[in-house]
Amino acid sequence: MSDIAISIKGLYKIFCKHPKKVLKYAKDGMSKADLLDKHNHVLGLKDINIDIPAHQIFVIMGLSGSGKSTLIRHINRLIEPTDGKIDIYGEDVLSMSKSELREFRRHKISMVFQKFGLHVHKTVAENVAYGLVVQGIPLNKAKKDSHKWLERVGLDGFEDYYPAQLSGGMQQRVGLARALATDADILLMDEAFSALDPLIRSDMQDILLTLQQELKKTIVFITHDLDEALKIGDSIAILRDGEVIQQGNPQEIILKPNDDYIIDFIQHINRGRVIRIKSIMQKGNTVDGPSFHQHDVLEDVLPGVADSQNHKANVVDDNNNIVGSIDLKEIALAIAKPAVEKISDTTYR
Amino acid sequence: MDFLGKFPAMSRGELKDFKKSVDSGFSEFTGEYGEAIELFFDPLLWFLVWFEKLLLATPWPIILLIVGALAWAGSRSMKIAVGAVLAFIAIGYFGMWKDTMSTLAIVSVATLICIAIGIPLGILMARSKYAQILVTPLLDIMQTIPAFVYLIPVVMLLGIGKVPGLIAVCIYALPPIVRLTNLGIRLVSKEALEAADAFGASYRQRLFGVQIPLALPNIFAGINQTIMMALSMVVIASMIGVAGLGVPVLRSISNQYLALGLLNGLAIVALAIIFDRVTQEYGKRLQKHRHGDHS
Repeated sequence: MSDIAISIKGLYKIFCKHPKKVLKYAKDGMSKADLLDKHNHVLGLKDINIDIPAHQIFVIMGLSGSGKSTLIRHINRLIEPTDGKIDIYGEDVLSMSKSELREFRRHKISMVFQKFGLHVHKTVAENVAYGLVVQGIPLNKAKKDSHKWLERVGLDGFEDYYPAQLSGGMQQRVGLARALATDADILLMDEAFSALDPLIRSDMQDILLTLQQELKKTIVFITHDLDEALKIGDSIAILRDGEVIQQGNPQEIILKPNDDYIIDFIQHINRGRVIRIKSIMQKGNTVDGPSFHQHDVLEDVLPGVADSQNHKANVVDDNNNIVGSIDLKEIALAIAKPAVEKISDTTYR
Repeated sequence: MDFLGKFPAMSRGELKDFKKSVDSGFSEFTGEYGEAIELFFDPLLWFLVWFEKLLLATPWPIILLIVGALAWAGSRSMKIAVGAVLAFIAIGYFGMWKDTMSTLAIVSVATLICIAIGIPLGILMARSKYAQILVTPLLDIMQTIPAFVYLIPVVMLLGIGKVPGLIAVCIYALPPIVRLTNLGIRLVSKEALEAADAFGASYRQRLFGVQIPLALPNIFAGINQTIMMALSMVVIASMIGVAGLGVPVLRSISNQYLALGLLNGLAIVALAIIFDRVTQEYGKRLQKHRHGDHS
């Protein structure tokens, strides 16, 4: 489909004094709970294999303790893995020397943090310029060069404020501008919007999506919020107890959840607002009825289909070519919640 | 029964020999290296004498002006600046100008030395667990051991005079700045440091760009404490020949001169209050950025 930017293979992380000793137990498939019980070692990540495509937003989703923040920190090696391989555009991150790693972090990859990670003793402009200053550019030039990013996130005029004088949403915009200012291709976002209240969070998601349309960065976005994952993710990986349990695009995850855990996750999603008609259409079929664009969501086409004579409609692509059809029954079934057998019996909690 | 009644101590003879050997050992060390060590501290002595002479040679109105200006620059408070000038006028009026200048000189030089040694040591402690384990008990000893005890070897080594006095003051005044530098750096938020790492900051960029600036309010509290402790050592230092406000205090203790003791004591208090208010206000200004409209 598109190039792979980040390739993670067989990644393990065990938190303890002697991780190498226990690695073989983990590799033999011992579970997180058993490893903690029998060997007193915390299994952070277990056999992670992910290919992250370039120029897309890749969401890693999981509840707290699932290892998602640990995983993202492996990509720029803020955390050292116990075992495995990470390639970024073919370059082996784990074999980099300290100075190579610094250069890599300065130019190729940047990061936005859940708690913003701003430097409270510096002004907004100085914070945004930070990545450039670290690269060795003099502060005044760095401020000038990074100013356009301040404008892009809507903070023009706040240059000389200190972070403590800004609201949470504005602080995170500073964090975002700081990350964008280095022009790194890869952007890591660790629960970047989780600390914000819902309205501001939604604003920030829109800002990110608008910027992304133009910038086409490779974004790895961590969240515990499925709505957020579905809204911004081009692909999603779901993490549980340090393991990836499903990977795919948002439509696949909602329509074909392969695990009770995920089914439970997607219970409370407004399916009509997320599922696109392309995902449920009968391919190649043509019917007598109105036409809707393939990326329309069920909720939007429902009235139109219901009003049409035989409750059917065509699905068209960008060039108005018919690519398939849908009918009312299919829409209704897709909107209905998936059957879950006794949710109370689930064991993962 | 006799065993329980009396502690099984060394015999008198053994103890005497032990003490003798320590004393003679140190005497030998003094004989061997005393001069070299004295030579090592010579630049310090030179600087201290020069600074004291400078203060004494400067006409008093200029000193008053400098005191007022420094107090204003530090605190940005008219009240504190005027108060400082008035206190110095009173000190001069009661005939304590010369002693006060000497005390100012030794306290300033001691503080500078403590900053020069204390801040790097504090940084080292924050960086290395082993340095922390090693230095902490040393600081405990320096703060709690009676000053008279370490005066003995210092005087044996360097005799009576300004330099041993300065060393005694520094031993007592050094711990707070080391401790608070260490604490300040350790308290720097993990998020701020992680951000620095994520953008590829080098060790120096981390230290000078993030850790020290964020630790500055604590470091400044340490400097404030160091100055206070240096001032409180003035009387003890005068016992080994350091000129200043401590000398008349010592004289009034042995001769029961109430007024003389009180006046000089109050002059030390006045200096302490001026130093404290000015450095505290300055420290508060350093933290201003932490309190925005939203916090």
